[in-house]
Amino acid sequence: MADLINVIENWLKNLLLGWGAGEPLALFILQALGSVLVIIICFLIVIALIWVERKLAGRIQDRFGPNRAGPYGIFQSFADIIKIFTKEYITPKGADKGLFNIAPVLAMASVLAIWAVFPIAVNVIGADVNVGVLYIVAVGAFGILAILMAGWSSNNRYALLGASRSVAMLISYEIPMVVSLLVPVLLAHSMKLSTIIEAQQPWWYLVVAPLSALIFLISSMAEIGKAPFDLLEAESELVAGYHTEYSGMKFGMFYVAEFLHQYTVGALITIFFLGGWAGPLAVQWPILGVVYFYGKSFLVYLVISWIRLSLPRIRIDEMLNLNWKFLIPVSFINLVAVAIADRIMMDLDLKQWMYVLVMFSLNIFILLVSLYLSGKSKPTVERETFPPRPVAVPPGTESK
Amino acid sequence: MLSYWVYIGIFLVVAVVVPIVAVTLPMLISPKKPSKRKEEVYECGIETKGNIRVQLKSQYYIYALIFLVFDIEIIFLFPWAVSLGKLPLFAVFEGVVFIAILFAGLIYASRKGALVWS
Repeated sequence: MADLINVIENWLKNLLLGWGAGEPLALFILQALGSVLVIIICFLIVIALIWVERKLAGRIQDRFGPNRAGPYGIFQSFADIIKIFTKEYITPKGADKGLFNIAPVLAMASVLAIWAVFPIAVNVIGADVNVGVLYIVAVGAFGILAILMAGWSSNNRYALLGASRSVAMLISYEIPMVVSLLVPVLLAHSMKLSTIIEAQQPWWYLVVAPLSALIFLISSMAEIGKAPFDLLEAESELVAGYHTEYSGMKFGMFYVAEFLHQYTVGALITIFFLGGWAGPLAVQWPILGVVYFYGKSFLVYLVISWIRLSLPRIRIDEMLNLNWKFLIPVSFINLVAVAIADRIMMDLDLKQWMYVLVMFSLNIFILLVSLYLSGKSKPTVERETFPPRPVAVPPGTESK
Repeated sequence: MLSYWVYIGIFLVVAVVVPIVAVTLPMLISPKKPSKRKEEVYECGIETKGNIRVQLKSQYYIYALIFLVFDIEIIFLFPWAVSLGKLPLFAVFEGVVFIAILFAGLIYASRKGALVWS
């Protein structure tokens, strides 16, 4: 019971071997089943998340949110699915048909493919390759390609503008994201995800490297294109951005990919900074590890939603300045400081809690100093300010 | 070890096939009534004039160039970070010098005004 997943796996394997399948064939079938299962769970999570997100958005913005379909509107997502499945596909005139059809599939596949390497519990690990971090970074970058393809092939100026904006933004924010991923790799001395999780067993990297966690959160919020960084689909300026011309399930793929990407970022933060599947009794009961992993990812998802629903959108020059003049320098300085401190303390042979304390205070020190310095710098573009204009009042109602 | 890569291969195939199925399935049940008005580009209601693929700001291109430098740098930093525990302190500082040289490039680009969105 404690090790439910492996029990089922062994039972299936023995069943397949009993039917006369060879060892490689049985392994192949099991791996195919495993990948289909992970992907189906991803889709089910998204169906639930769409409802949660809409309900949360409603509550934060002082509305009800969906409340018609079923109790508390829990069947809203299913109604959406039925509707989107019966929508007509419209391909705009002059669109590049091949790229136009590949882009939504690629957007979805690039997010799903990241899940191949996630360690979900102590012994339920997708593919425990020793370049897991590089794989995540490499596969995740395909999403940018999908956005560029969608914007270019739509034959729509707004879509093209939205796509080029988002590519400028996504590639910029990729640098601090990957640099802050380097810190867990550096502390665990491994790119293997399972090793990174084991390395943060007593002390999560949220405590050892809080600044990297913060930079990773900010830059991955930009990567998923959520507010305050959602100017790739600024609806007041660009209609809907790169997916303006998409309809039906092709739009649905972009929509689902966006939700799943936000959840995937939650899972990444869980793995790199929140100890992955770790929790009370997670080693003895691997099934609990699964619950912890998905639960922690969901919590991070809620935090991202909360931030996105509370903050207004920022201008593109502010956004690029934040990245190039704040996040990139700070993340590199943090990396250098953590690397030197880690190497020196390895020779000193300190107690673990002293090591954690030094690392934590170092991170907080760098954060405070960089916030102080950035507060002192003047904005590069001075904005014209206007004196307040008198408010128009209907004639005859002026107060004397 | 090899079986992990087989798993990733299978996973990638499934991850591509599932969206393809999801996109093609509605084709069986959705209506197909194309018309000239429907296929118009959705911009502002008036017919679109001129070439759609307009020229964009060159600033996008400059950001892409700077990004490329940093991306390659980060790829070189990954092996350095992994083997940090086995390296002597001297090699750690060599990595720091490597970062510092590329950082000088960022400061140069900033001084030249490449990072100003105008």
